[in-house]
Amino acid sequence: DLREAREVHVLWSSKLNASTGNFTDEQFPCSKFIMAIGHNAVAFLSSFVLNSGCWEAVGSVRLWNEWCRTSNTTSVLPTDTFCLFYKLISDPTVLLCQCNCYVAEDQQFQWLEKVFGCMREKDLQVTILSTCPVTDYKTPESTLTLPSPFLKALKTKEYKETVCCPLLEQPNIIKDLPAAVLSYCQVWQIPAVLYQCYTDVIKLDAVTIEAFKPVLSSKNLRNLVKDVSKSAEILKKLVATNEICNNIYT
Amino acid sequence: MYKNCNNNMVTSLLLFQPAVSVGNVGQLAVDLLISTFDMPKVGYFYTDCLMPMVGNNPYATTEVNSTELSINAEVYSLPSKKLVVLQIRSPFVKNKYRLFCQTLLSWVKSSRCAKVILLSSSHAYQRDDQQLHGTPLRYLLTPAIQKTAGDLMQRLNWKEMEKIAAYPGANDAEMVLHIPGGGITKLLFSESCSNGIQMAVLLKFCSEGDNIPDAFSLVNYLNEWLQLIRSEQSSDAKATLLQWKIPRSWRLLFGSGLPPALF
Repeated sequence: DLREAREVHVLWSSKLNASTGNFTDEQFPCSKFIMAIGHNAVAFLSSFVLNSGCWEAVGSVRLWNEWCRTSNTTSVLPTDTFCLFYKLISDPTVLLCQCNCYVAEDQQFQWLEKVFGCMREKDLQVTILSTCPVTDYKTPESTLTLPSPFLKALKTKEYKETVCCPLLEQPNIIKDLPAAVLSYCQVWQIPAVLYQCYTDVIKLDAVTIEAFKPVLSSKNLRNLVKDVSKSAEILKKLVATNEICNNIYT
Repeated sequence: MYKNCNNNMVTSLLLFQPAVSVGNVGQLAVDLLISTFDMPKVGYFYTDCLMPMVGNNPYATTEVNSTELSINAEVYSLPSKKLVVLQIRSPFVKNKYRLFCQTLLSWVKSSRCAKVILLSSSHAYQRDDQQLHGTPLRYLLTPAIQKTAGDLMQRLNWKEMEKIAAYPGANDAEMVLHIPGGGITKLLFSESCSNGIQMAVLLKFCSEGDNIPDAFSLVNYLNEWLQLIRSEQSSDAKATLLQWKIPRSWRLLFGSGLPPALF
């Protein structure tokens, strides 16, 4: 039946149990939850954060809808469809989520309940990275004259740290999964910040990915980044791998 | 489900809420109420029935309060006038209408809201011959509220929403309520009727487009009944119009500026 097929399944590996103690039917402690939504944000975390520390995959989300079906592998390209969780080996309470799949509107609430349902929310800080088209940005000037890509932030009431870019002005709004996560955090009083990158390139794009760089100086990410020069190289490779698949018109 | 965001309990008596309907007239009218009375936010209506959306405070008046996060369904209150307002800012998730109505009505029952006023709209192009004449504003009352408000509506010379034949031509005796473009209006109204909830529906026939004038006429209509703001020259429609405060988020309702190269 359709409702069953659209069910969201969150699968945690036994590795998470090993490091955080047994949490079956219980919640595991989480101090930082860093989440990337969409190709560019995912590629940014892959090249600047995942590659500079020692991380291991500890879980995944399995879902199906009219736009996508998540893949089963953990060795993924930024263009694949997946939603994976990684933990920092030196500090298992730091959790990273790479969400590169479309979570449909009827699945977003389930996704939240199931993912956040596993976390102990005491002292939790949430950072969300996401992108959207610059044409969604409302401004008295024309969006054509805006120097894109650019970053805008939204934060919950409890988030007291400094924000690395200007806050999103009214009447702009954000929708879908990033909005769902931020709403959840606002209602349940979890400190959270969303960095939204407005870009004019929808596919994987090095310039858009680099636009997230100011976020590296934020308190929650600062300690997770080691060698930026190495990251730039990895990023170049990631984008180049993707280009090969897109040579139909060259 | 309702979640308090400060310690003020909802103790007021009158609940306003929009139906997400054609031209978003109800939502715009509710915006005007919140903005005019400068109502503080008291809680969230957190539900899986509405599409998620976030943005900064739509009713910002200063630099400081412009950075408060707003979500898709929030509750505002004005204890001095015994008013509570539920603002809905996004459409429903498919197949979740019924669940939303149930959740909402059980919240209305459990909180101390005596009366509910639903602000709504309906497609102007689907009016029948009798509806084309006179005012485009209509009302509906549940049996529970009929006793207290029915007479006043008569005195105000308001028009009740007409029922139409269920099977035109074949059987003109069976009349049904038909609110095209009204979203959950009909469902919420009929559920309220059967649950004994005191509900009044105020609606306007309109079309999609610039619906700001529709929102003004709907709040003026509401004001005729409840006298929320008193205008000194009540006969002058413009004087009343000036007293409603437009929220800052109504800027750029039709998108960004145009590229100068276009000209």
